[in-house]
Amino acid sequence: MSEQKSHSAGLFDLRLVIAMLFAVYGVVLVVVGAWFTDETELAKAGDMNINLWSGIGMALLSALFAVWAKLRPVVVPPDGTKASDVDSDATGH
Amino acid sequence: MTVLADADLRLDATPLDYALLVIYFVVVLGIGVLARRSVSTSLDFLLSGRSLPAWVTGLAFISANLGAIELLGMAANGAQYGLPTVHYYWIGAIPAMVFLGLVMMPFYYGSKVRSVPEFLRRRFGTGAHLVNALSFAAAQVLIAGVNLYALALLLNLLLGWPIPLSIVIAAVIVLAYTTLGGLSAAIYNEVLQFFVIVAALLPLTIAGLSKVGGWDGLKEKITAGPGGADQLSAYPATELTGIQNPVLSVIGIVFGLGFVLSFGYWTTNFAEVQRALSAKSMSAARRTPIIGAYPKALIPAVIIVPGMIAAVVVPQMQELKAGATGGGVEYNDALPLLMRELLPNGMLGIAITGLLASFMAGVAANVSSFNTVFTYDLWQDYVKKDKPDEYYLRVGRLATVGGTVIAIGTAFIASGYGNIMDYIQALFSFFNAPLFATFILGMFWKRMSAAAGWAGLVAGTFGAVAIFLLAEVGVIDLPGQGASFVGAGVAFVVDILVSVVVTLFTKPVPEERLGGLVYSLTPKADRQHSTTGDDAGWYRSPALLGGGVLVLTVVLNIVFG
Repeated sequence: MSEQKSHSAGLFDLRLVIAMLFAVYGVVLVVVGAWFTDETELAKAGDMNINLWSGIGMALLSALFAVWAKLRPVVVPPDGTKASDVDSDATGH
Repeated sequence: MTVLADADLRLDATPLDYALLVIYFVVVLGIGVLARRSVSTSLDFLLSGRSLPAWVTGLAFISANLGAIELLGMAANGAQYGLPTVHYYWIGAIPAMVFLGLVMMPFYYGSKVRSVPEFLRRRFGTGAHLVNALSFAAAQVLIAGVNLYALALLLNLLLGWPIPLSIVIAAVIVLAYTTLGGLSAAIYNEVLQFFVIVAALLPLTIAGLSKVGGWDGLKEKITAGPGGADQLSAYPATELTGIQNPVLSVIGIVFGLGFVLSFGYWTTNFAEVQRALSAKSMSAARRTPIIGAYPKALIPAVIIVPGMIAAVVVPQMQELKAGATGGGVEYNDALPLLMRELLPNGMLGIAITGLLASFMAGVAANVSSFNTVFTYDLWQDYVKKDKPDEYYLRVGRLATVGGTVIAIGTAFIASGYGNIMDYIQALFSFFNAPLFATFILGMFWKRMSAAAGWAGLVAGTFGAVAIFLLAEVGVIDLPGQGASFVGAGVAFVVDILVSVVVTLFTKPVPEERLGGLVYSLTPKADRQHSTTGDDAGWYRSPALLGGGVLVLTVVLNIVFG
């Protein structure tokens, strides 16, 4: 989320926002799933600790976006007239 | 519209669940504040400065459609009809999305129009433009109201918030981020919403499958249930179409749903096309609907399957499907009921967040396409021309506020008279039905005249209205979705016939005005996209990506057919 003078819409890296939200969700769910989900709640979903597993999944999603943003950062062209998400255009391959 | 019946659906949300919900809303508003920094012209505000990468616009493209009616409605269809519901995705969306990207986008993006009505103005002049701009603007604010009301009803039933308070809170949040950050904020939030919706539905599906003993367990239970094994194969879907003959049923699906209805919706609805117009290059614009098509092909797994699970796991749903009435539940309650049945606190909070996110995505898409059409197509073209750009940026912001206020009004009316909303929805489907015919003729037949543009649209709309009325009073007897399939087909045919006849008797539009708008008058170079820089690489070829998703869809059809 760097400051940019350019008015073009490469304003902040959405991938980092997604990574942060799911990092919080992931950690909360893992903690709740591992220590605060009781037997009756576990039985609801067919004895599967859905909090724990979803938390792990969300933490992985968060890591994936963080790595993607790290490997292919938003490049601001040196002249600063047009900031665009150069190279962030990969389609999740 | 009754989204949720008046049953006891209250979820026992704890402070933990509320905290997860609040975190989401803080991020949503934060995106609005951050996006504001990038807005300095009306084009920034209303079209994101045409600067977004294709994966962002592609996910926003399907997220804008993933609203209240879609999510609850398709889960409901899954519970009621089972697997044949996938036709709404595999036949009713994918081919049209690929067609939009490969065939129509070069004209939309290449001609630098700022909206779908603006394309009609450049191609046909004022008549067709006014018909479309007015009906679209009116449709969007009223449908925003429908979505807002659905959202408020959900908050009321799940969490116990009063309906008026829920309407206002939901509207204020959407208004806050769309007025601040414009389309960029709406689109960025749509991408975030997409992931939150999947994060809510995927665990729900997995928990459900674990409960019923996996996919095989689900098949066993559905086969033994009232629907029988027919609900486990996509074809011939006689129950869904209401057409008893299996061959005619398949024809009805492929032509009615697949060709006429879905092409009309996906290729001419500005709320969708706008997402592609905000892409940063022709290549990215063409890839937008095609990238969106991949998740669209797969998402039935987490929308329809939970519906099917709800029908065998939730006791109230089982009773409903066995034919009980008066239990107070409807098929539309499938998702919330399954959430209550399966999810522990924590995941429950995420699931509530996902549902609310989906509903807000719908409202934001309506509002952010309304303000563009209002500002560029109505205000700038017919009220105040030739003002400096800051003026139109201000108009855009005010239109957002005005549109939201009207939507709140509509939502309050809807909360008083539920049935009105069904008719409003039907009314606006009439305007949508003939549009595809006019666009496709206009893009590929340079002779088509200006008068034919508006005459075809008006006649096609009346054709659809006529079929609707005949079905309402019982002259035509078509159960299920049959009437809307036939209505759309009639609108299409009438539009083509009237356009051709009127063209033969009127003057064509001068050819020099049609460059970039009509196939034969657009140089090949202008229709093609660059393949350098950000658009380089075989995996960014729109044709290859489009072919890939079509193959995927055919395979899915064979596996689940």
